[in-house]
Amino acid sequence: MSTQTEAAGAVEGAASATPAEMTYRDAINAALDDALAADDAVLLMGEDVTADGGVFKTNAGLVEKYGTERIRNTPICENGFLGVALGMSLVGMRPIVEIMFADFLPTAGDAIVNQLPKYRYMSGGQTAVPVTIRSICGATGRFGTQHSATGESWFMHLPGLRVVTASSPGSAYSLLRAAIDDPNPVLFFEHKGLYGRKGLVNRDEIAELGRAAVLRPGSDVTIVATLLMVERALAAAEQLAAEGIDAEVIDLRWLRPLDLPAVRSSVDKTGRLVVVEEQVHAAGWGATIVSELTIDGVRWASAPRRLSLPDDLPIPYTPPLEDQVLPAVEGIVAAARASLGR
Amino acid sequence: MNDPATGTDRRYDWYRSMVRIRLFEEKVQELFMTGQIEGTTHLCQGQEAVSVGAIAAMREGDVQTNTYRGHGEALALGMASETAFAELMGRSTGGSGGVGGSMHLIDFSKGNIGANAIVGAGLPIAVGAAVAFQMQRKPNVALSFFGDGATNIGTFHEALNMAAIWKAPVVFIITNNLYGEYSPLRATTPLDDLARRADPYGMPGIIVDGQDIEAVHAATSEAAERARRGEGPSLLEMKTYRYRGHSRSDPAKYRPEGELDRWKARDPIELLGKVIIADGLIGPNDPLEIRNEMQADIDAAAERAASAPFPTLEETRPYVYAD
Repeated sequence: MSTQTEAAGAVEGAASATPAEMTYRDAINAALDDALAADDAVLLMGEDVTADGGVFKTNAGLVEKYGTERIRNTPICENGFLGVALGMSLVGMRPIVEIMFADFLPTAGDAIVNQLPKYRYMSGGQTAVPVTIRSICGATGRFGTQHSATGESWFMHLPGLRVVTASSPGSAYSLLRAAIDDPNPVLFFEHKGLYGRKGLVNRDEIAELGRAAVLRPGSDVTIVATLLMVERALAAAEQLAAEGIDAEVIDLRWLRPLDLPAVRSSVDKTGRLVVVEEQVHAAGWGATIVSELTIDGVRWASAPRRLSLPDDLPIPYTPPLEDQVLPAVEGIVAAARASLGR
Repeated sequence: MNDPATGTDRRYDWYRSMVRIRLFEEKVQELFMTGQIEGTTHLCQGQEAVSVGAIAAMREGDVQTNTYRGHGEALALGMASETAFAELMGRSTGGSGGVGGSMHLIDFSKGNIGANAIVGAGLPIAVGAAVAFQMQRKPNVALSFFGDGATNIGTFHEALNMAAIWKAPVVFIITNNLYGEYSPLRATTPLDDLARRADPYGMPGIIVDGQDIEAVHAATSEAAERARRGEGPSLLEMKTYRYRGHSRSDPAKYRPEGELDRWKARDPIELLGKVIIADGLIGPNDPLEIRNEMQADIDAAAERAASAPFPTLEETRPYVYAD
């Protein structure tokens, strides 16, 4: 599913390594390994990050290679250890913090809302804050209401923060490297439902800040998605193609900065939009895109459509219902058809 | 108490530093009344010995975090009065270009890596800096100043726990001024002696007379040197008092009658003044002369600060993201 070459954002002049196929999990591992090897100031910290490769095995081999100072287990105290990461970043370190479940991000609400994004600003630009927060997110794992959120739009309102999502092995590698290289706090979302997916990874590629990726060009309808929803959008596009509907699929990637020009230029061509979100629609990136494009004077050929989590239900544990609340390929196909009046 | 570098008695500089903080804070009050400073401010008159005595234990490369009641630490670390006034007045010549204000007097070049408006937020930041020093094999320590009220928030406990398990070179300094905002300590806290909160984290908890600058300095130096030797963090409880209310809008009517006067009878500036007069370091008339001389400096600094321009939004945009 995710084997498309993702040329967008390739570093110019980078030596052309042969892309290798690997899992999303291994792509995360490779990005961590390469970043740790490239710079002694980089470290990884979080709950049980050393335990048998980490809870989701993304950190396999790292503690053996880099030791327990740089691959550092923390107590269970997200707000505290994100504050520690901030303090480290102020004196020359580049911490990567693993948050075991995105649902725990609000525990660190002060660090994420008041500290990391505002710290440089309130000092009048005296410091950079190179902290990456790896947030393991998303449903389909039968983890229940408090372990299944993506949380991807919770922290979109914060000047000073960057927010980025990875939908495939290739983008997981290049976006995580970009996040770690960035001198600002970056909230990086990786979806635990994608860890086993395979795809091509180019270890010379560091993604460009703020660039969405057009994964499938098309002329009839624009489908925008993130994380796990991207592969569903691509599968829907295949089905639509069989019906003679040419869908363009955009992996939004960055939620802050949001690549509105990329979506705008696609919608200028298609006039139709379907946003596919693994989150409640209100006050999220999908709602923002619809509102910004409308304010910006887009000429809609038909009303924008959206697929998202129910507005009025938490994510349930029971497998049939968890499946039911997530946007599915059939729903995306139906929404695209409807936008074309079919 | 001689300075090892210059051979001069450091207590003279400490005395002047405390007087400068006192006069600065009094001037801030005046500038609020005349509308030259807006918003809110949290003054530290009465607590000067804690700021100056503890910071005198810092060495080159050490850092500290403090709080929204942080003018004392910022000035003790050497921020120019004009720079501090300009920040409070929101001018582009302020330490943070005017965007920070009273609660964020910050100067990385002097080891002042943060003045935080969120109670307890500075502690983990100091732990992070301390752990970084460990990783960088540097002989430096981090100090963290915070109030008695902060010992009830989660980050206090999270920070002490992490500092203890990692033996981080950090000195936690409680400026216990007996009130957390408007509430007396015992209304919110089941202890009189907050140093006891070190016990569960297996670190020394030391009660210090926060009005006696020599005691503050000695305790902080000992804790800092212990941390430098790799023996881990300490918690120091400085017993002190703030003469003013919590913030500009607080007349502090909740204080029992006579309490303020009892504390003023042990004013940290007067206490040190008596000692250094007795030791012949200054003459009996010098306190007044020093005060007058420094008052002129403070007034001039405020005037210069007020003549600086306000920043434009364009000037402040680069403060949001680093390139």
